[in-house]
Amino acid sequence: MVSPMFIEDDLSFFQRIAKLNYWLITLIFFVAGVGIASLYSAAGGSMEPWASRQLMRFGVGIIGMVFIALVDIKWWYRLTWPTYFLGLGLLLIVELKGHVGMGAQRWIDLGFMQLQPSELMKIAVVMAIARHFHGASPEQARRLSFLIVPALVILAPVSLVLLQPDLGTSLMIIMAGAAMMFMAGAPIWLFIAAIGLVGVSIPIIWQFLHEYQKQRVITFLNPESDPLGSGYHIIQSKIAIGSGGVEGKGFLQGTQSHLNFLPEKQTDFIFTLWVEEWGLFGGIGLLILFLLIFISALRTSLRCKHNFGKYIALGVSVNFSLYIFINISMVMGLIPVVGAPLPLVSYGGTSMLAAFVGFGLMMSCGVYRHSKVTR
Amino acid sequence: MGLSILGVRLAWLQIAQGSRYKTLSDKNRINIKMLAPSRGDIVDRFGVPLAINTQNYRVLIVPEQVDDLHGALRVLQKIIHVEEYDIKQVIKDAARTAKFIPLKIKDDLTWEEVAKIEVNLPDLPGLSIDVGDVRTYPYRGATAHIVGYVRSVSQKDLTDDPILRLPGFKIGKTGIEKTYDLDLRGKVGALEVEVNVIGREVRELKRKDALAGSRITLSIDGELQRFTQKILSQHKSASAVIMDAHSGAIYAMASHPSFDPNMFVRGLSQEKWQTMMDDPALPQTNKAIAGQYPPGSTFKMITALAGLKAGIINKHTTVFCSGYYEYGNDKFHCWKKHGHGKVNLYDALAQSCDTYFYKMSTDVGINAIADMARKFGLGAKLNFELTDEKAGLITDKKWKRTRFGKSWYHGETIVSSIGQGGMRTTPLQLAVMTARMVNGGRAVKPWLTGYSGDNFIGKDNWNDMGISPEHLKMVMHGMDMVVNNEKGTAHASAIEEAAWKMGGKTGTAQVQRITKEQRRLGVKNADLPWAQRHHALFVGYAPIDNPRYVCSVVVEHGVGGSSAAAPLAKELLRQTQLRDPAITQMQPEFIKDVGILQVWPPKKPGVNTVIGGG
Repeated sequence: MVSPMFIEDDLSFFQRIAKLNYWLITLIFFVAGVGIASLYSAAGGSMEPWASRQLMRFGVGIIGMVFIALVDIKWWYRLTWPTYFLGLGLLLIVELKGHVGMGAQRWIDLGFMQLQPSELMKIAVVMAIARHFHGASPEQARRLSFLIVPALVILAPVSLVLLQPDLGTSLMIIMAGAAMMFMAGAPIWLFIAAIGLVGVSIPIIWQFLHEYQKQRVITFLNPESDPLGSGYHIIQSKIAIGSGGVEGKGFLQGTQSHLNFLPEKQTDFIFTLWVEEWGLFGGIGLLILFLLIFISALRTSLRCKHNFGKYIALGVSVNFSLYIFINISMVMGLIPVVGAPLPLVSYGGTSMLAAFVGFGLMMSCGVYRHSKVTR
Repeated sequence: MGLSILGVRLAWLQIAQGSRYKTLSDKNRINIKMLAPSRGDIVDRFGVPLAINTQNYRVLIVPEQVDDLHGALRVLQKIIHVEEYDIKQVIKDAARTAKFIPLKIKDDLTWEEVAKIEVNLPDLPGLSIDVGDVRTYPYRGATAHIVGYVRSVSQKDLTDDPILRLPGFKIGKTGIEKTYDLDLRGKVGALEVEVNVIGREVRELKRKDALAGSRITLSIDGELQRFTQKILSQHKSASAVIMDAHSGAIYAMASHPSFDPNMFVRGLSQEKWQTMMDDPALPQTNKAIAGQYPPGSTFKMITALAGLKAGIINKHTTVFCSGYYEYGNDKFHCWKKHGHGKVNLYDALAQSCDTYFYKMSTDVGINAIADMARKFGLGAKLNFELTDEKAGLITDKKWKRTRFGKSWYHGETIVSSIGQGGMRTTPLQLAVMTARMVNGGRAVKPWLTGYSGDNFIGKDNWNDMGISPEHLKMVMHGMDMVVNNEKGTAHASAIEEAAWKMGGKTGTAQVQRITKEQRRLGVKNADLPWAQRHHALFVGYAPIDNPRYVCSVVVEHGVGGSSAAAPLAKELLRQTQLRDPAITQMQPEFIKDVGILQVWPPKKPGVNTVIGGG
């Protein structure tokens, strides 16, 4: 093709600023506020060691998000493959280091933070799939040969993440990627076939699971069977949530979490801490905030005139809601403990970074929704 | 939509199952701990402490705070002396308990050791010094048999009472500590603490303080008790009781040899335990209540009273003593080989003429003598507060028939009349017997405990036994002469001070029959092996005109009552009257501020020095 890649329709800086999704930014502030308040409580009413650092990351993240949002979407289009392969390279480094070090290592120490490439990989996969389907006609999308590339795009990082081994993240990448493919027009029977394939492959995958992963699944099926062993997390989390009741125990009054009955209260189980202290009202309130963010993302997707932006916004929101759904289901004992943080709320640098990068991209899609992004 | 599933699930957990999880959550965090009550003090009649709780400095280690437990203990070993055994124990304990529970390395630290550890604490992570209660007996061996001691709860002591399961809880094992254990224990308190998942306490929720046990105020005079113990220690094995003739209050009751009860509380080495168990003089036995001896000649007052009551004798009745009394084919020897000549009741008591009582008993009969003995508290338990009290034995026809199915020989009556044969009495019973003789014939019983807390549980009103005052007066006159008549067997032990003069009766109890061979050869009893020598006894009272105090002394294998027992009784009754504990009311609400160091070792000169046993 000889046509120019992008049709220029430059926006001035102030035009871009004006077009930012302030509604989304406000929601993000609220959700992050819930996270910081919970971390303050988790430390027994202290900013140290979690809340202060989370606040700092939030500040850096929100600035980064706005920066990403203000960069022309075309640049992100161009940077898709470099980003994807950088992420894959980082995953490979982690994998190699993991062999040298001990056990499952999932991060790279950058000095100021520990980077988990698998988190960034999720965004990269969203970008890559979005780019792949960008110019595709519905006929193309239905062609099986056209789906080989996105399948590889998904499976390459998934296989590396599985090796780490991080079952939760790999499933998440598969699910988000599959959802995007489906929405881009891939035939539905493909997914039914894929699910069937997964069903068949479960016994095989089971062989490759680490003992602790098998244990998690077994425990999930019957947590009360071993209350002091591996079912402990789920039982204690359910006790914390249930004992919170409608009104909650009050800020800083959550006994389960403060007395350390609750494991990982600052990361994966932070929702538990939140609802123990704020009750059903707090829990539903937070769920509504998440719902509003999701709606805002869908709206961005629908309003975007180019496919790349549509798919990015869709991918980011699917990713985001999958995380929320999996994390909250997990702490309430609906699904096994897989180790997924609650976006914007859980303590952790990479997950926050990934969320802001995702939202930044999504907002860029909103800002440049009228751009003409061509192949 | 997925989020609504989550909302429903949240509502299910928080509303439908909320109360169930609420209970689980409370159970998770509240731990109820018992608070040990502090054990009541035991004090003497003046409020001087006999058993108290003192502070015990211990060094503890928290295993989770050290990287290398063994190494940390070795470092401590360089600073203070720690037994290898204790080191091993700590390592063993550490393997069994949660890592944050402090373990005791050594207790009873001296000030010097405490200071050394404190100075080096920066180099000793995980170590701390802690103050605990330890039961202390300031009078040590002097009150060991009365006060007793506490020990850890053993399996068979366990009842439903949860207090017994408190770690480190001690219960009374012997003596007053055992008898009044429930009073002394107090009421357990409760502490509700919030704990985290591994049981570490986070904060206190509710506290009900423990109620300290009652103070037990004894009738004992601590210093007189110590004096008595010291006096007895001149001999290998001896015991004595000093008692109020009217109230029955015990002022002193000692058994020598004794032991330091503090050893039992703080841990006894195998070696020391073995030494104690092997001692033929039985340091652990309170011989004042558990030693059963033939009363010997101290029994003669009983025989005399039985004879007077039966009308067989009166004060004019005389008997000629030729050194023996013949009945049938048997010869019953008087202790004086060549006889006392013509004696009346007073002479017979004063010079302890056996023949007089041999002859009299023939007419009185054993049953009348035994009845009189029982009336005076012999041969049966006195329901004394210390549980190891023994009953003794008063023999008569009925006893022999039921015990052996045999009939009584008259010779046995003759032997019994001077307190030999099967008769057995305890020093406490002998003191009670004497008290009942000198208090006008009232059925006084001995007691030790005046107050439990503020409740008076002593007794000072006793019923009249219906003994003729005239007869008692005659017997007392005889006892007066035993000491104060120049021919009296205990004349050498007379108290010089006119106001404090004592009366009494010597007794020498055969441990085994004197063989004809020994009698012919004139073997001196003192030359026999210790275990074959006679027991020496003395019962006494003072002052002579208005008796208040009685005492009994038994020197095991002491050879002679007049030579071994009477001199001790003299010192005891003299000292008792010097201190005159009876004129001071017991003071239950008052505890003297006497530090351990002042109480032990003794410092007051004069009061505590042993006055030579003349």
